[in-house]
Amino acid sequence: MDISLYIHFPFCLRKCLYCDFNSLAGSRIAPDAYVAAVVREMELRAERLPASAAAPTLYFGGGTPSLMEPDQVARLIEAAAKLFGLMDDAEVTIEANPGTLTLEKLAGYRAAGVNRLSLGVQSFSDEMLVFLGRVHTAREALDSFAAARAAGFANIGIDLIHSVPGETPAGWREELAQAVRLGPEHISAYALTVEEGTPFHLLEKEGQLPLPDEEEGVAMFRDTAALLRAAGYEHYEISNFARPGFRSRHNQLYWQRGNCLGFGAGAHSFLRSPAYGVRWRNSLSPEAYLQAVSRAVLAEEELTPLAERDAMAEFFFLGLRLLDGVAPAQFCREFGITVEEAYPGVLAQLLAEGLVETREGFVRLTGRGLDLANQVFVRFL
Amino acid sequence: MVIENIRNFSIIAHIDHGKSTLADRLLEYTGALSEREKQDQFLDKMDLERERGITIKAQTVRLNYRADDGRDYVLNLIDTPGHVDFTYEVSRSLAACEGGLLVVDSSQGVEAQTLANVYLALDNNLEVFPVLNKIDLPAAEPERVKQEIEEIIGIDAHDAVLASAKEGIGTREILEEIVKKIPPPQGDPARPLKALLFDSWYDQYQGVVILVRIIDGVLKKGDKILLMMNGSSYETLKVGVFAPVMREVPALSAGEVGFVIAGIKEVKDAKVGDTVTLLHNPCAAPLAGFKEVKPMVFSGLYPIDTVQYEQLRDALAKLKLNDASFSYEPETSLALGFGFRCGFLGLLHMEIIQERLEREFNLELITTAPTVVYRVHKVGGEVITIESANLLPPVQEIDHVEEPFILASIHVPNEFVGAILALCEEKRGVQREIKYLTPTRVMIVYELPLNEVVLDFYDRLKSISKGYASLDYEQLDYRRSELVRMNILINGEVVDALSLIIHRDKAYYRGRDLVSKMKELIPRQMFEVAIQAAIGTKVIARETVKAMRKDVLAKCYGGDITRKRKLLEKQKEGKKRMKNVGNVELPQEAFLAILKVE
Repeated sequence: MDISLYIHFPFCLRKCLYCDFNSLAGSRIAPDAYVAAVVREMELRAERLPASAAAPTLYFGGGTPSLMEPDQVARLIEAAAKLFGLMDDAEVTIEANPGTLTLEKLAGYRAAGVNRLSLGVQSFSDEMLVFLGRVHTAREALDSFAAARAAGFANIGIDLIHSVPGETPAGWREELAQAVRLGPEHISAYALTVEEGTPFHLLEKEGQLPLPDEEEGVAMFRDTAALLRAAGYEHYEISNFARPGFRSRHNQLYWQRGNCLGFGAGAHSFLRSPAYGVRWRNSLSPEAYLQAVSRAVLAEEELTPLAERDAMAEFFFLGLRLLDGVAPAQFCREFGITVEEAYPGVLAQLLAEGLVETREGFVRLTGRGLDLANQVFVRFL
Repeated sequence: MVIENIRNFSIIAHIDHGKSTLADRLLEYTGALSEREKQDQFLDKMDLERERGITIKAQTVRLNYRADDGRDYVLNLIDTPGHVDFTYEVSRSLAACEGGLLVVDSSQGVEAQTLANVYLALDNNLEVFPVLNKIDLPAAEPERVKQEIEEIIGIDAHDAVLASAKEGIGTREILEEIVKKIPPPQGDPARPLKALLFDSWYDQYQGVVILVRIIDGVLKKGDKILLMMNGSSYETLKVGVFAPVMREVPALSAGEVGFVIAGIKEVKDAKVGDTVTLLHNPCAAPLAGFKEVKPMVFSGLYPIDTVQYEQLRDALAKLKLNDASFSYEPETSLALGFGFRCGFLGLLHMEIIQERLEREFNLELITTAPTVVYRVHKVGGEVITIESANLLPPVQEIDHVEEPFILASIHVPNEFVGAILALCEEKRGVQREIKYLTPTRVMIVYELPLNEVVLDFYDRLKSISKGYASLDYEQLDYRRSELVRMNILINGEVVDALSLIIHRDKAYYRGRDLVSKMKELIPRQMFEVAIQAAIGTKVIARETVKAMRKDVLAKCYGGDITRKRKLLEKQKEGKKRMKNVGNVELPQEAFLAILKVE
């Protein structure tokens, strides 16, 4: 049984205005203490878990994990390898924010065993970066990217955000062109989502967030796919693009419902057994997390065992995010009944509406289906 | 009990003027209500009644009172329903009394409803004396209100009792006035039984309970009784009084008020206003004034979830057990599926029934726009009555259509007169009278088509008068009008549940307003949705709900999955509450929009 690993580093220099992740600015917790706690948590978890195959991926997410020094990252990777095992060719990713990186630091990450960098560029426009509340400039992003290359990173992904207030489809196309010129292996392009509890949400409620209209949003979404495909990127997930061979192995596991153990405050975990699987997360507050771990307690919260129907729904609403789609035969293997038995008439209806198509044993979203993915997903709930 | 020591009375008051609280004080003072039984507003039994502060079913209670003259009296308080829809029931309850307390809020003054009921009481030759309630309020103006009572109603108010039911002020004085001012009942126990049935309800353990006022004769347990208008006979199983809980007595004699249980199965066999007599020794003639009450307002009730159809049917049957004035029969709508066309006495009655269905029976309902009963004169001379727009024959078969009119009396402070007149004119009203009752209070009388009143008249009346206007109405006649059927089409398909009969001159305006309101309420679908209003084949208004272009979550990683599943579940739940018309999903609100058009 493969289990991937995720380590959450919940601290940031400053919280971005759209961010609803578990991240905190200005914490008094020393990074060393936090890292030690995560190692301790891994030990506690490993004691309770039967031995499993070496992990295919390890992912440092945040927050801003690139606030960690290379030796801290090295300690975590060593602990993970020792306690759970890491495959020889394991994908080890760290999320990094421009402005927190130096060539030296990047080389240190490489030496520690990190082989993939996910760079939070977000935009090549300083104006946009200020609007989003980012701490870096476009210049710093380009410098960081170059430094990563110089440090030997051959697998770099960048994140971009579109549909930002004030943005036009033409402006976004220009951003995409810059991204292509930069030439990362992987590009995640997200429409700005206004999440509850963020400053943007407040602004939206007050009518102060002039988001692009729906037509423009659709145009940006469509342009992203067209331009990046033309530049040799595969569109493999609703918001993700990669050069052949460079899809994020770790992230694909989320959509394929692979096992993943999360460590650190607010980290999420999923195991496919017992029964139809179980999801949980750790305490959001780093303080509570540290305290629990110091008492040798796993800070598990929101433990959610999945019912058969939940697992089936996940199979579709996660699996269909991948452009390869889902295989009805695999559904049948996992659940012991056919898709038609579980969802009578649903596939036929979706085909008739032009929202999905079938190819070589897979069901996948059409272009229209991608635009209206939620409308497809709800049919499987 | 000697007949001279009986007093039968009711309390006449506008909603909120404190009738129920006053009744509680009378019960308490006379010891009818022990501390243990004390619960505010004892007489309003249903939760709904208590919440709305109105009485739907008449209640009656016997009070024992030793007056200042040293004699023991039996006072029967006969509570009356408090709303315009139940005027007939009120008149029968009043017919069981010799006197009435006119309770007027000393800060508000006389309202239309009060006035209507006072007139009913005076028509029934009741001795009416005024009580000024809420005298403890800083805004109380007893002298002004006394003057108003004298000017508007024409009864002497100079020695009106000043009371505060809330504070218990004036309770004893009221009881003394009842004894002194209200005459004892007339009647002869030696004559054949003649009793007025003034209320009935269904009790699941005892069957139908009827309330009677014995006019002449004596009624005992075991007597074989005849309901004269209904023509059915029963054996009396129990007779008794409410004191305030049910208590059996050996007999009820002339002048007394009490209940009878006689194995009557359904309330429709125990109609208010019927005369109860003895099967083998009947009285010569029934009491005058019996009237069959008929539903005036109809609307379709449909379960949102079709699986609730059976539950709805059972619930309607249960409500019908207790309410003879309410009717229902199965109806099928292309848009809404299986449901029922229900008939009500009026708008409040309709609201009450709907609310009870939803609250007591946990049903989720879609209500179609209320409609009235139209008379359609067909080309061949045949006349049919219809209570649903969908039953209107094709235009070529219709010679003309008649609609019911009412005579509406609206009481309102003078600053709102202009706005109220504008509303009445807009509603196709014909002005009868504008009368200044006092320098600041005006009575506006209009002839109005009921079809306009059932839609939103009452709500608008309340809103433009800031709640100060009160309305009373009586049925007038049927009048010929230029009425047409307006259909609403969704993507070319007629939604039968949204069709309505409307005056030709108003169709264009209302059609446009309705489709634009519906545009706001219909969520975007994956395709364009056209909303049209049409008369026959002529489209008079159109709006378009643009197709949804984008509905996708940008991010869904490990930490998002549970939350996103919940979001999708919520989205799915929202879809479930919609009704599918063709392939368009319509929310419940779209069906209600028709009621909210301005």
